[in-house]
Amino acid sequence: MSSTFDTVANIIAETCDIPRDTIKPESHAIDDLGIDSLDFLDIAFAIDKAFGIKLPLEQWTQEVNDGKATTEQYFVLKNLSARIDELVAAKGA
Amino acid sequence: MRLEYFQLIDRIVELKLADRKIRSEATVPAESTIFEGHFPGYPLMPGVLMIEAMAQTSGWLLVAANNFKRMPFLAAVKEAKFRNFVTPGQRLALSASLVHEGSGYAVTEAKIMVDGKLACDANLTFRITDFPNPAMHEQMREVAKRIEFPMGALADG
Repeated sequence: MSSTFDTVANIIAETCDIPRDTIKPESHAIDDLGIDSLDFLDIAFAIDKAFGIKLPLEQWTQEVNDGKATTEQYFVLKNLSARIDELVAAKGA
Repeated sequence: MRLEYFQLIDRIVELKLADRKIRSEATVPAESTIFEGHFPGYPLMPGVLMIEAMAQTSGWLLVAANNFKRMPFLAAVKEAKFRNFVTPGQRLALSASLVHEGSGYAVTEAKIMVDGKLACDANLTFRITDFPNPAMHEQMREVAKRIEFPMGALADG
């Protein structure tokens, strides 16, 4: 069974045409991989479908804009994967 | 339909919020300055305007799904296919279904039928935001009246 990170990395590689081997758990989706907000909508759509969740993008954006969170907390892929795992767990709870 | 004013929907025919579906209709005008260029001697409704008509139909579904409190803006067009020419005077039957409602975005599938045949279809992505200003919110309510948008179908009417 593939990890959450692998699934996310595969989605990003396919959606944004980024070589899979350049996508690391430490990669920042925006700063390192250069994914813009429109491409991230496609990624969010694919993640929502793949995991049966709804990534709270608006809440995250608001928290970053308000200085309550950093983009690293949500957009570094290992952190994004952890957030996804939390959402999946919350759904099953 | 008034092409020059981007009024591409004449009427909402049916809104089924529970099924996340909408149908609208529009008649391509017999005359328009747009046909002077597209094309001289062979007027066709431009494909970009068919996309806009599908986006507006999808948009009203999303306005309804957001209880007229938020506004969808077209963000991406995928798999758009123009399968038949659409000409002045033809009556369009438009429909859209909500495929996915994400956080701050939504995805729809939309199509236009003419005389029972599929004229075009596409997958559309929208950003959903608060209305940028009260004037736009009010203007959208005015448009809603013109196209017989069923306000009663909303949760708070």
